This record gives sequence, structure tokens and C-alpha cells, in this order.
Amino acid sequence: MSDVILNNIRKTYNKDKLVAVDNVSFSVNKAELFGLIGADGAGKTSIFRILTTLLLPDGGSAIVNGCDVVKDYKKIRKEVGYMPGKFSLYQDLTVEENLHFFATLFNTTVETNYDLIKDIYIQIEPFKKRRAGKLSGGMKQKLALCCALIHRPSVLFLDEPTTGVDTVSRKEFWEMLKRLKQEGITILVSTPYMDEATLCERIALMQGGKILSVETPENITRAYPEKLYAIKATQMSHLINDLRDNENISSCYAFGEHHHITFRVESEDVKTALFNYLHSKHYENIELKPIKPSIEDCFIKLMNN
Amino acid sequence: MKDTVISTDKLTKRFGDFIATNEISFDVYAGEIFGFLGANGAGKTTAMRMLCGLSTPSSGKATIAGFDIYKQAEEIKKNIGYMSQKFSLYEDLTIVENIQFFAGIYGLPDKKIKEKTDLMIEQLGLKNEAKKLVGSLPPGWKQKLSFSVAVLHDPKIVFLDEPTGGVDPVTRRQFWDLIYAASSRNITIFVTTHYMDEAEYCNRISMMVDGVIKALDTPANLKQQFAATSMDEVFFELARGAKRKAD
Repeated sequence: MSDVILNNIRKTYNKDKLVAVDNVSFSVNKAELFGLIGADGAGKTSIFRILTTLLLPDGGSAIVNGCDVVKDYKKIRKEVGYMPGKFSLYQDLTVEENLHFFATLFNTTVETNYDLIKDIYIQIEPFKKRRAGKLSGGMKQKLALCCALIHRPSVLFLDEPTTGVDTVSRKEFWEMLKRLKQEGITILVSTPYMDEATLCERIALMQGGKILSVETPENITRAYPEKLYAIKATQMSHLINDLRDNENISSCYAFGEHHHITFRVESEDVKTALFNYLHSKHYENIELKPIKPSIEDCFIKLMNN
Repeated sequence: MKDTVISTDKLTKRFGDFIATNEISFDVYAGEIFGFLGANGAGKTTAMRMLCGLSTPSSGKATIAGFDIYKQAEEIKKNIGYMSQKFSLYEDLTIVENIQFFAGIYGLPDKKIKEKTDLMIEQLGLKNEAKKLVGSLPPGWKQKLSFSVAVLHDPKIVFLDEPTGGVDPVTRRQFWDLIYAASSRNITIFVTTHYMDEAEYCNRISMMVDGVIKALDTPANLKQQFAATSMDEVFFELARGAKRKAD
């Protein structure tokens, strides 16, 4: 059963000159952890705002929890939780006051649904008398998540909850999402960090308002059409240019301590020829090994198509 | 002998009882790509603001591009470039107008401004967009333009505060091509990032935790030191014990 369904959703700005969301269709299953993966300008926020009934689509239709986003907007607003990319709680209310305020808005109390937020809330509870505006980034993010959950929503929308957050806090945040999923909450989360994609059950890769692929992370990486290699040698920054100049190399880009390459034609001869070519250019300690593509490799491939 | 362009000795900034940056000492060399990493709240921004001459240290010494951080803050500002995390070109000016504006601010003579503008438009491949408002550019282009504007006056050092946040993987790599090009012109790059693959592109990295520099070395040596296979693991190992969670 699908909890969120998008059917050819379209959104344009600036008198149709800017197409933010270009006929996007996908659906999210009940209690699924679904990721929208893409850079700034991919259309992620517009999709979130349409699904949370804060923005009207220019075309297509969307259903959230059985309700139409245009006709049944009042019902949807009661049932979903939304954490916008920009911190939107009341900066001059305390942690505690914010939480009570949002509970009251949804005709419930903090006590009623405390079990749902307990694991997250206890981490910020020592600061409950502090104004939200005075919290650190990581704590703001936890409070915003508590406020989005306090009415026990059936669908949770999280717009870039980990942007600008360091690796340690990011890992903690994803652990929290896994626990919420076990509570049966459907979660739609967006991120510009490709490495977080593998933490979702299914992902939509987005670029320029379009969906490049909707699949499980495993299926996306399995569908990578070529054999991918990691290469390393002395003088990495020069190596990238020399690899790009080589006629046997089909693609080459930097990837952490290695460069990732694919060959035009796959054979042992081509690899030997590459080693000879690089030795002739005085590279040393050359390492070449086949590797499993990551989501980021797949994204780059799809973008270049 | 390598030219030292940043040199700090026990540089410290206190806010009341809180020691944001606690006796940090390090050197950065000309043309080096120096990664300045740390968890949220580790004290990176405070340190960067001092190095840029925007905040006076509580104690300690530092020279930036040969200028004293206490007495010559204005000289420092003329010799550095800075690209903030937040996009800070004028959205309602065109590309050309933005370049001319910032070139003027840095005191370049008119003839030089024209030369620089033409060269930059050419290098960025923005000929057809030159007269368009900056606000209408795709996010990736904005980042590349911001960087080019930050090095417009050929500074000795350019400070980049999370320059690639939210940028797509292809543009992110093109951005690093610009960084390498600047570094080969002997401009020192001082960069912060949350992408650990980018940490690998730096010549050396410092890792801040709770206001102090916990580690400083080449990416290869750091991985060896922490018996880690990736910079992500090194970071996790160091930042995990952090007490501070402030921004």
C-alpha cells in the first residue's frame, strides 16, 4: 500500500521560466524510509512543500495518506509532520515551550505522545529552559524533529535534516530515523549527501527537477553499466589530466584518495597499455583495482547521460 | 625552504568563561591546500574569523601573509580572499556587475578590472550569461563564480568556508579543479568541508575538537596514525569524544 503518491507533479516559478519540478511521479510505501537525493536546485523542497500542502502544483496530482493535496489539504495538515530545511521553530520560546506549543496546535499534549519522542528528547532535556534560538545546530535539529513528531504523524517529511551537520551527528540522526520507521511512520527524507542514500530503503535520484532513477540503493549500484576501477599513483592532481587525455579511458573523475575510471573497451591489453602510458609519464606506485560503484558514482553517470 | 603564509602560536579566543579556540599553533605554506576540519562547535569559525582579521584574539600570536593579526588587520584583509558558506554575491546585479563591483572594492585600477572581467568570463565559459542577473544562475554556477570573485585580486590566501555544501557531485568536482588551478598559481587554499572525500584532496589537514587541534598531518599519514581506511573513520575516531555540541 502506498502512503504518498505523486503523479506527474509539475511546478514552475517566474512565469513558467523556471521549471522546478518537471512531471515527477513516484510513490512511497507505508512505513518506508524513502530518500530524495539531489543537490540544491534539484526540486526537493518544492516537492516537500507540495506534499505538505504549502504550495500548489501547476500540474499533476498527489495523494498523501489517501487525501488529495489540493482538495483535502486541511486533513493532510493534521496528519503529517514536517521539518523544513530552514529552522522554523520560535527562536524566542524555550525548548519546552516550543514543544508544548506544537502539541497544543494539534490538540494533543506532550504527555500523550511522549513515548515517541522520548529517545530524542532526553538528549536535549538538560536545555529545556533554553531559548530555541540559543541552541547549537545539532540540538536545534533534534528539537525540530521532536516538534514534527509530537502529534504522532502518519507521514513524516524531513527536508535536508543533516545539511551542514558533521559526520558524527549525521550518523546519530539516521539512527533515530531507523527507530521511527519501526513505529510504522512513513518517512520521506531529502539529502544532498550521497553516502546517506544507502541508509534509505528506496531512493529517488533527482537533478534539475527530474527524477533520474527510483530504486533500492542496491539495485541502483547494481545497474551501473560499466566496470569501474579505482586508480592511485604519485601526483594525483596531474594524474587526472593525463588519464583524461588517454584515448582508452571513457570517464575519469576524482573520488577521495583515488580517481575513478572506466575503459572504453574492457581487456587486459588496455590495462597493460595504461600502465605503460603512465610509466612513460613518470608516475610511480600505480595501483589499479576494480571496485563496486557507490551511489555517487551512479549519480555522476546518470547526470552525464 | 617553503614560504610560510599563515603562522599561529597559541592563538586563543575567549568569550567570557568559554574558550572557543584554545591555544592553536600551526603553519600553512604558500600554494598549499590546507583542510581545516572539525565537528560542529569545534571552534573552526572563530579561528577563521581571527585569521581573516575580523575578530581580535584574546591571546597568542599569528601572522597572515606576513602581517600581524593585532596590528595589521587591514593589510591582512587586502591580501586574502574569503568565500562564505552563505552565497554573498549580489543576486540583483549581473555577473559582470558583480565582478566589477568586487574588483573595485579591492582597489583594482579600471584597466585591470576590464582585463580581469574578460578573463574570468572566458575561463568560466559564461560569455552568454555575462549580462544575466546572478540570482538566475543555477546553484553550481553561483559557487564557481563566488570562488572566482574571491581570488579576483590574486590574494596570497583564500579562505573557503564549506564551499561545496549542497552542490551536485559533478559541480563539486569542477569546483575542486578551480581550487587546484588557484593552488598552482601559488594561492594558498584554506578550506573547511563536511565531505570527507574532499579532505583527501587537501595536502594537509588539521582536525579541531573542542577548541584544540587534535591532529594535523597529510591525509595518508592521518589514516596510518589512526589505522583507518578512510578519512571518514579518522574524523569519527577524533570527533566522537567531543564534549561540545555548540555551533
